[in-house]
Amino acid sequence: MSEIARRQPNIWMRLHLDLPLLCGLLLLMGYGLLVLYSASGESEAMLERQLVRASLGFLVMFVLAQFNPEIYRRWALPIFLVGIALLVMVSLFGETNKGAQRWLNLGFMEFQPSELMKLAFPIMMAWYISQFPLPPKKRYLLGGALILLIPTLLIASQPDLGTSILVASSGVFVLFLSGMSWAVVGVCVAAVLAFLPVLWFFLMKDYQRTRVMTLLDPEKDPLGAGYHIIQSKIAIGSGGIEGKGWLQGTQSQLDFLPERHTDFIFAVLGEEFGFIGIILLLALYLFIIGRGLVIASRAQTAFSRLLAGSLILTFFVYIFVNIGMVSGLLPVVGVPLPLVSYGGTSMLTLMASFGILMAIHTHRRFISR
Amino acid sequence: MKRYKQRVAFRDHAAEAALFTRRAIVGFLFVIALVGLLLTNLYNIQVNDHAAYQTRSNDNRIRLIPVAPNRGLIYDRHGKLLADNRPVYSLEVIPEQAGDLDAQLDAISTFFPLSADRLEQVRQRLRVSRRFKAQTVIPQLSETDVAAFSVNQHRFPGFYVEAGLERFYPHGASLTHLLGYVARINNNDQIRIEQEGERARYAASRNIGKQGIERFYERTLHGEPGMQEVEVNNRGRIVRTVNAAPTEAGQDLQLTLDLGLQQHAERLIAGRRGAIVAMDPRDGGILAMVSSPSYDPNLFVSGISSNDYSRLLNDNNRPLINRATQGQYAPASTVKPHLALLGLEKGHVTPKTKIWDPGWWQIPGVDRRYRDWKRWGHGWVDLNKAIAQSCDPYFYELAYNTGINDISAFMYEFGFGQGTGVDILEESSGNMPTRDWKQIRYKEPWYIGDTISVGIGQGYWTATPLQLALSTTILANSGRRFVPHFLKALSVEEQLEEQLPQERPPLELERPESWQHIQQAMYLTAHRPGGSGYRQFNDAPYKSAVKTGTGQVFGLAEDADYDDEEVAEHLRDNALFVGYAPFDDPQIVIAIVLENAGWGGANAGPVARALFDYHLDPDYIAPWDRVDELVEETE
Repeated sequence: MSEIARRQPNIWMRLHLDLPLLCGLLLLMGYGLLVLYSASGESEAMLERQLVRASLGFLVMFVLAQFNPEIYRRWALPIFLVGIALLVMVSLFGETNKGAQRWLNLGFMEFQPSELMKLAFPIMMAWYISQFPLPPKKRYLLGGALILLIPTLLIASQPDLGTSILVASSGVFVLFLSGMSWAVVGVCVAAVLAFLPVLWFFLMKDYQRTRVMTLLDPEKDPLGAGYHIIQSKIAIGSGGIEGKGWLQGTQSQLDFLPERHTDFIFAVLGEEFGFIGIILLLALYLFIIGRGLVIASRAQTAFSRLLAGSLILTFFVYIFVNIGMVSGLLPVVGVPLPLVSYGGTSMLTLMASFGILMAIHTHRRFISR
Repeated sequence: MKRYKQRVAFRDHAAEAALFTRRAIVGFLFVIALVGLLLTNLYNIQVNDHAAYQTRSNDNRIRLIPVAPNRGLIYDRHGKLLADNRPVYSLEVIPEQAGDLDAQLDAISTFFPLSADRLEQVRQRLRVSRRFKAQTVIPQLSETDVAAFSVNQHRFPGFYVEAGLERFYPHGASLTHLLGYVARINNNDQIRIEQEGERARYAASRNIGKQGIERFYERTLHGEPGMQEVEVNNRGRIVRTVNAAPTEAGQDLQLTLDLGLQQHAERLIAGRRGAIVAMDPRDGGILAMVSSPSYDPNLFVSGISSNDYSRLLNDNNRPLINRATQGQYAPASTVKPHLALLGLEKGHVTPKTKIWDPGWWQIPGVDRRYRDWKRWGHGWVDLNKAIAQSCDPYFYELAYNTGINDISAFMYEFGFGQGTGVDILEESSGNMPTRDWKQIRYKEPWYIGDTISVGIGQGYWTATPLQLALSTTILANSGRRFVPHFLKALSVEEQLEEQLPQERPPLELERPESWQHIQQAMYLTAHRPGGSGYRQFNDAPYKSAVKTGTGQVFGLAEDADYDDEEVAEHLRDNALFVGYAPFDDPQIVIAIVLENAGWGGANAGPVARALFDYHLDPDYIAPWDRVDELVEETE
């Protein structure tokens, strides 16, 4: 590390921060706070709380960026096992909230082990796959797939479809980035498609099936199941190209839009800032993802590459699932719009993953392996 | 571990890095493709379907809300306010937002003193109402209540205070029977409104005129509703007004009523059952109309409680009836001037004709004796004495000679047996009996004895106090006939526009000088010793013409029930009075009926005198004020 400092007296490298990524994150969060202020009905209290969370997020990112990726690699298995243990505990003694068992009461705080798994699992998968020469042999891929099933099923059974999708994706991305052959990719896609009916008839709960049905025809029950998606589409659609203007969105300001400051905040943005505002948001996201993939490609170890790539692609899954759901492409799944939706847990998890990305980028050895 | 190291040694790191970069690029392209998918979909929604979503967004938030017009005010002839619109605050609740409604209502009832009866009523209504529609919990809150509630509003989600205008009758019970009142539009009103095609006008109105002037002039007073284009939130609460078409307030009414005279009359007979009607004979405008006892119309405005209503309904004194227009009394001696006029007109008597009154009279050839009220008789009686001293046998004979056909027809000309056309709908027509009427009603022929009773204003003949006043007005006017009315002026664009009185063709006599003979006889009743009004009226600073009456109780109203225990009291005579003043230039006509009060001259006379004085004598001091002076002097 001292050698880096001598040869590259770059202040950001010494702080273990990546400037482009940091700028992208700051711009995105600033934009998000602007939208949140409107979505919360101009609540300064909520804005303040979100600011505190964002600050905490940056702190977490900064702290995690200081660790050498080698440390994450060494701790991959223990952290993962602890995470699995916690998930099992949740299903045994977890707190039930809104019909789902996700929280673990630690006495002083409520804790969601599935959030820990969002980080622990890609670290685990990256560690597992990176042990082998890449592209991995089929039997290792199979091993990876089996590891993948454990946390995914545990989380899906809480039930928390959104998080289980995110966790599963992070694992799938590790396998994909490791170079698994396209033939295997094809087989996997086919297997998933074949699994869908099983999912529909045996694994999905009634309310989840309703959500899918609603997606296909929201107008069937406009005041019930279809209400969220209809009001959200009205908000976005009535925004037009230029939007109704900041704080001027009637759908959101007049409370027609449900959950407007959390999962449906994208609709507020669409209504008030229009198509232009949406393009701006997606451009920011693409910039962050692009930078993340660049960091991943430049990483010096297979573990770092796979972990960085998986984390950044999972970040995109948040974006795609959330926007897809709000604009009526995907069923309603509880996934927030990353770094914009109001709420603490996902913000901290995401900032932690950016901290790991920065750690990967700023802890370099000189001889590539 | 050893194996791993060996394996690591064989790894081609450059190839792995290149493989990763290729995969990363594929991943990024995949990301771009999915973003493109999102954007295509968003473009469809935001640009292609923008207009449709814009419309739906507006449909969501824009509501057209009718706004109730301000009801016209009502004034007396001197501009004193009789019916006002008062700002009221009511506590409303939207059940959907209240959470646990029962618990909330319990909390509210500890916050505001709310009777268990009322609370149960509210609960009942809330059970059947739509959950997102506001319901009134407490119809009237004081400003203190409003302030106290506003501070604590956060404790009661879904509850809020609404401000509006509500009818208020500042003089309470004094004017109830003529003004009537407004009350909540009920099902019957709603059906009527629909039938008359007035639904749009009443879309925002909560109240409608139910009685009296408020009912008769409902169309005039109501006004035209406005429209408000408002933005609402998803709970239908109004956030702001986008556009508004103003309301058009109802027209103000000025009545011919003199509030001072009305309240004076009310006080003069306070605590007694009876009615007073005072009219201006020059145009038929009603100056005062009292029906005693009365009740507070304000009770009805925001919905009367069932307890209060059943108390009014079951009151033996029947306060809900307007005795002045619905009370049907035997007119008794007050119609003797009219009967005498008929006698003169038909030539059955002349002013000089005298009959001998021994204290009784017999139908020729029949044994039965009809008594005079004065047991020893009046001796020789001419027209003046017959009216002034109310000599019964004179009129027995006159009626016997005239016959019921002529009497009925002539009295009909004076307004008996029919509605007067007054501008309130609560009116009875009284009964002016005819042969046909008795045949139909009782399936019996008309007997000569029936005519004799009618000859002194008894028997089947009944009249309302308003009819008595109207018939006296026609006498005072020598045949000129106005329709009695309350409406004096209407506001048109901020200006009061006088309304012309309705006049019917005058009553023409073949011997017009008969008017003067009768008026003279009524004058002597008040101004010649022995006249039944002499003691009350002779010393007044103006001249008057009067007629007293003492009616045998026939019935309070057609539908009156007689309570056995009350019969004794109800059998006492009604005291009646009609008269006008000043004699040379009549400005006021008064008719009085005091139920079961006894002798007319002694009981109704002083009341009439006080009202004449109030109206005509600038130096008049009310009797209660005079008593105070005496007390002060003796002290």
